[in-house]
Amino acid sequence: MRADTIAAISTAMSNSGIGIIRISGAQSFEVADRIYRSKNGQKKLSKQKSHTIHYGYIVDGEEMIDEVLVMLMRGPHSFTAEDTVEINCHGGVLAMKKVLETVIKYGARPAEPGEFTKRAFLNGRLDLSQAEAVMDIIQAKNQYALKSSLGQLKGSVLKPMKELRSEILYQLAFIESALDDPEHISLEGYPQKLMEQTRQWERKVTELIDSFENGRIVKEGINTVIVGKPNAGKSSLLNVLVGEERAIVTDIAGTTRDTLEEHISISGISLNIIDTAGIRSTEDIVEKIGVEKAKEKAEDADLIIYVVDSSTELDENDDAIMEMLRGKRAIVLLNKTDLKMVTTEETLRNRIEHPVIAISAKEQTGITDLEEALKEMFFHGDLSFNDEVYITNVRQKQALEETRESLQQVENSIEMEMPEDFYSIDLMSAYESLGKITGESVGDDLVNEIFSKFCMGK
Amino acid sequence: MNVVEEFVDVVVVGAGHAGCEAALASARLGLETVIFTVSVESIALMPCNPNIGGSSKGHLVREIDALGGEMGKNIDKTFIQSKMLNKSKGPAVHSLRAQADKAEYSRRMRMVLENADHLSIKQAEVNEILVEDGKITGIKTNSGAIYHCKACVLCTGTYLNARCIHGDVSVYTGPNGLQAANHLTDSLKANGIEMYRFKTGTPARIDKRSIDFSKMEEQLGDERVVPFSFTTNPDDVQIDQASCWLTYTNEKTHEIIRKNLDRSPLYSGMIEGTGPRYCPSIEDKVVKFSDKNRHQVFIEPEGLYTNEMYVGGMSSSLPEDVQHDMYHSVPGLENAKIVRNAYAIEYDCINPRQLDATLEFKKIHGLFSGGQFNGSSGYEEAAAQGLIAGINAALSVLGREKLILDRSEAYIGVLIDDLVTKDNREPYRMMTSRAEYRLLLRQDNADIRLTEKGYQVGLIDEARYQVLQEKIRQIKEETERVETTTVGTGEEVQKFLEQHGSTLLKSGSTLGELIRRPELSYEMLAEIDKERPELMRGVGEQVNINIKYEGYIKRQQKQVEQFKKLESKKIPKDLNYDEVGSLRIEAKQKLKMFQPLSIGQASRISGVSPADISVLLVYLEQMRR
Repeated sequence: MRADTIAAISTAMSNSGIGIIRISGAQSFEVADRIYRSKNGQKKLSKQKSHTIHYGYIVDGEEMIDEVLVMLMRGPHSFTAEDTVEINCHGGVLAMKKVLETVIKYGARPAEPGEFTKRAFLNGRLDLSQAEAVMDIIQAKNQYALKSSLGQLKGSVLKPMKELRSEILYQLAFIESALDDPEHISLEGYPQKLMEQTRQWERKVTELIDSFENGRIVKEGINTVIVGKPNAGKSSLLNVLVGEERAIVTDIAGTTRDTLEEHISISGISLNIIDTAGIRSTEDIVEKIGVEKAKEKAEDADLIIYVVDSSTELDENDDAIMEMLRGKRAIVLLNKTDLKMVTTEETLRNRIEHPVIAISAKEQTGITDLEEALKEMFFHGDLSFNDEVYITNVRQKQALEETRESLQQVENSIEMEMPEDFYSIDLMSAYESLGKITGESVGDDLVNEIFSKFCMGK
Repeated sequence: MNVVEEFVDVVVVGAGHAGCEAALASARLGLETVIFTVSVESIALMPCNPNIGGSSKGHLVREIDALGGEMGKNIDKTFIQSKMLNKSKGPAVHSLRAQADKAEYSRRMRMVLENADHLSIKQAEVNEILVEDGKITGIKTNSGAIYHCKACVLCTGTYLNARCIHGDVSVYTGPNGLQAANHLTDSLKANGIEMYRFKTGTPARIDKRSIDFSKMEEQLGDERVVPFSFTTNPDDVQIDQASCWLTYTNEKTHEIIRKNLDRSPLYSGMIEGTGPRYCPSIEDKVVKFSDKNRHQVFIEPEGLYTNEMYVGGMSSSLPEDVQHDMYHSVPGLENAKIVRNAYAIEYDCINPRQLDATLEFKKIHGLFSGGQFNGSSGYEEAAAQGLIAGINAALSVLGREKLILDRSEAYIGVLIDDLVTKDNREPYRMMTSRAEYRLLLRQDNADIRLTEKGYQVGLIDEARYQVLQEKIRQIKEETERVETTTVGTGEEVQKFLEQHGSTLLKSGSTLGELIRRPELSYEMLAEIDKERPELMRGVGEQVNINIKYEGYIKRQQKQVEQFKKLESKKIPKDLNYDEVGSLRIEAKQKLKMFQPLSIGQASRISGVSPADISVLLVYLEQMRR
């Protein structure tokens, strides 16, 4: 029912061979034409036949983004029954991200969760028996997106966004109460003040957008929890992993000690090591916060790294941990193999289904095996980014850009000496856009703000 | 026992601003209509402020007029001062406000009612509505008379179980000591209608002779008055205007109020009704905005033939002695003689979500309602609803398609949509910030937006409709002409630009481009626009706005397209939300409660997420197949 054009990554976000970016909607071909360049540079995709494949490049102006195969499907002969373009690009996470960002920059908007399926159904492509499933998918994907969209944002980012939003609302309410009750509230000299304020907001939004671009805002990696008994060598493992030669550590300013996270990239795979502060300060996640707490952490994690001290016997704590690992994605690291082995790889393999790797954090042996094991899991789909999480981030960034545009429009209106009531049109848009990120809708906010902050009339 | 029994088409209960419009609309559409009032003297009474219009309310009056209602014409004939508010701001928020001669306003409206064909006035309290099989069949009065009808419009204003309070004095009357209606609520409840209890208030009236105006600032009307009605000739409203006066409360006033708060029925819990936040009593203002050391007080005449002056900004329900001290602390009112005390009034109204967008009760066919009875406040809000309820009552009797205005067409549409779809717990007042497409819903283009609809309904005659068609044609032609007419860099043009502080032209430019400059306008360009044709009144203004704000207008038009799409997706009335498995529980509850008629309405309900809307769309598609 909506004619606008949407895009998303339609394969899993993992470093697999190919990734597919799907564009659907009336303008799919136009968008594709803007960013596609054939080998000889002459070909227009909109002029090509349906259900054909074209070799070429995705470009952003002069910049080459990726070498691709583009598949064209005109509606109604596509999944959504709309004009659809599928871009087969290189499967790397980075390549897919860049292609999607380019598609969005040139006119598509990020798809809402479950939107392709919804369109397919509404356009009659899926039969009646699938309706229930379609509704479930939409709801489930949205719930997930909602949960992850806030979860994806660092607290240090969410707070300024909410502040910004409430500052905008206040100014909006001020303008509106003056319009509603001009004899009580004057807008004399206000445009200049608002101009200053808006410029400040714009700077803040720009900073936020930049931090999105640097990847400092969102956590896109694999949420990883390290568990193990005291002195199993968790922190030395961490130190090895974050060592300069093989890892990048991002330390986000403003995050509190106890929620500090380490971001590590191993062969292009990013891991968010969760709760490292806890590990570091106590050396003991199991005893200090208990198996229950560890279980809880592990519940949300994409990957659990279980560190075992090979120089000691397995005890009831290990039993509890192994119980907890059942059915989860995990890697067992048999540490301290430089010492006399009491617990062997053999023992562990008999007790647990997960891969077991012998390492020595101290001697730094076995680390390559760990990398290999991670890559194995990552490439073959055992581990993957959730595409929903990624597209959520794209949507968030898009919303910030919309916010900035609206603010620029306000400045523009002030410069053009437009009357004050025009400012509120764009301030409201900015307010709405920010709300998409913070998950807050507009509702009666404005009216409530007017009444609570400004003294109205008779 | 023998009782009077009569048969009519439409019964209107209540003759305030809603009732008058409802009855006139119904009668003008040719239906035999009876309007009931507890007192013929109180027809079109203005029991609170002496104004018609004001920010966004002025829009409502214009819209009522464009649809063929009476309010605009009535105030044009009875105003004593008029102002266009927000003139320095954009055209969307310009709004007319007039001071009425209250007695004259009432008298003229009563005359219009008395002389309307097919309309009769009946002084009686209506005690019961008669309903059979979910359909209205008539009403019963206090004396037992039965009026059978095909449709009924309830416009009981603030009269239902009304109680007026100040201090510890409480009397069971309607406004101005008029008789309350104490029986109808029971009948409504017995018919399954859910009632709310709201409250509002009014300030004191003071004897003009006891006011020292030298301590106040005089407030004059506009030099050139703009009429409300599109049919009023502007030359006819250039009258000698009365003055209003501005003074301020001070710390002493606030101290008196603070010291006596415990004696306020609002704070002591004696008043239980919910009051409006936008129209706070002076005691509310002092408590809520304690950082303000003064509040404005407007002294406004109630009419030309009375000495009573309205004390705008100081409504109150404090005891008489406190009111006395409080008013006397205001500069100019030191020796003021209070003619009528300020009071708060509590009354029964309905939960308006029981209505659909035609203002008909969802569960009682043929029963409509409008005005404060629907939980709104203000004369203009009342009249707007009364008009729509009256039109639809008539159309339903005639078996014609009913009139619904949506949020993109009129403030009236916003007003009704807000009332019937939102959870409204205080008297609802119109505000421009409630209209999301306000750039399109201007008071200057109400005729262009709505007069065609009024014509189709049958309230606008052929001649007026043809005038409008001609106006629309001229606007289009003239817009095209100025967009394509170029002026060169001749001496006259450059001199004109220089005079108006505008950048000189380097090469030729269209008139349209010059109009877009902030410092210029269509009107100003007349000087250098040699071929400007003779145009009808109001055409130039539209051309100017259309060109000057084109970018913004286009953006809103785009939003409206999107809005219309969602609005046109209808939801069947009997949809069982429990069967839509994937809806979240909160969404289900809200949807069941509000029973939206369209996807658009559903999407505006708080607690219904975009995902729920998607799910609903899929479900509706599934049902359709």
